[in-house]
Amino acid sequence: MMQSKTVEIAVGIFVALGLGALFILAMQVSNLSNLGGDDGYEVRAGFDNIGGLKVRSPVTVAGVRVGRVAAIDYDDENYQAEVILRIDPRFDAFPLDTSASIFTSGLLGEQYVALEPGGDMEYLRDGDRITLTQSALVLEQLIGKFLFSQADKE
Amino acid sequence: MAGMIRRLGRWGLSFFERLGRGHLFLLEALAGLPSLLSRPGLVVQQLYSVGVLSLLIIVVSGLFVGMVLGLQGYNTLVGFGAEQSLGMLVALTLVREMGPVVTALLFAGRAGSALTAEIGLMKATEQLSGMEMMAVDPMRRVVAPRFLAGFISMPLLAAIFSTVGIYGGYFVGVGLLGVDAGAFWSQIQDKVDLHEDIYNGVIKSLVFGFAVTWIAVFEGYDATPTSEGVSRATTRTVVHGALAVLALNFVLTALMFGEI
Repeated sequence: MMQSKTVEIAVGIFVALGLGALFILAMQVSNLSNLGGDDGYEVRAGFDNIGGLKVRSPVTVAGVRVGRVAAIDYDDENYQAEVILRIDPRFDAFPLDTSASIFTSGLLGEQYVALEPGGDMEYLRDGDRITLTQSALVLEQLIGKFLFSQADKE
Repeated sequence: MAGMIRRLGRWGLSFFERLGRGHLFLLEALAGLPSLLSRPGLVVQQLYSVGVLSLLIIVVSGLFVGMVLGLQGYNTLVGFGAEQSLGMLVALTLVREMGPVVTALLFAGRAGSALTAEIGLMKATEQLSGMEMMAVDPMRRVVAPRFLAGFISMPLLAAIFSTVGIYGGYFVGVGLLGVDAGAFWSQIQDKVDLHEDIYNGVIKSLVFGFAVTWIAVFEGYDATPTSEGVSRATTRTVVHGALAVLALNFVLTALMFGEI
């Protein structure tokens, strides 16, 4: 049998390596570092159609990611999808009349919420509601519109 | 005809007998775990032979698996102009599947076979009955520490495998093939979810560690006490361990990621 001190040191190094690897996986590899925990403020927005938007989809302004979709719900008074956007506390100066649209990144990419700042002097605060929204483009609807417009021409 | 039915019956009986013995054995081994609290040295000794000695093969395989994933992934993705997603492909493959599964297969080959051979030889040379004679319970003295050590080592080894593999993919993708380093890491961080991917990977490796160690220790303890019996038990450990890991992997993947 090997000297017990050497064995203990080797086991200690092994366990430290293993835990270190888990730590690297959690911090460097996973999204933990850019989740930002639960801080940030929440803004609501109602969309007629959210298409393929999912919880945790990105929220961007001018292409820069400023937050994520925190929750998606259905509002049965307005017959709309209620999307809760959680925005990083660093970006706290969006005018009240900011508009939100759902776009697709690339041709087949995933969908995201793009915010476009307006000109109001007041800023959006936690719990505010974005009123100017533009729904996701649904391919079938586009094709349908196109077909109707063709039919009208004739 | 009658002989065939008789053989089938005998086979069935012995199958269920082994199955039952295996589970009773597991219960006994688990019952022996609390007694380890007073003798942690036994577990440390086993962690050394099960974990530390497997480290080399895990690190080297992880590195090469990651490098191959980087190469193959790059060659496929570049056809779509999507080589920026290489990091995501390598990391998700490793964390979700390759890390736990390949580690468990290597673990069954490296540590599992050693456990079976060691316990089997102890039985063949009548050390186990000698212990019983001296009122030392071999379940507590021999089986329980090995069981616990295997259970602890597997997730650590799998995490090391995945981490080394991701750096291997990074080396090939960023170092040799010229993928942008920032895109590599940002794609990884964007797509790998702490709960969905990393926790589930750890759960997988815990389950695999449990299954492989159980099979290895049981096969050793249950081996026919001859040199041939020990060699057969060792083979069975590797074969059954690998089959159990692959089958469990499908079930766990379906439960965790599938929408079946």
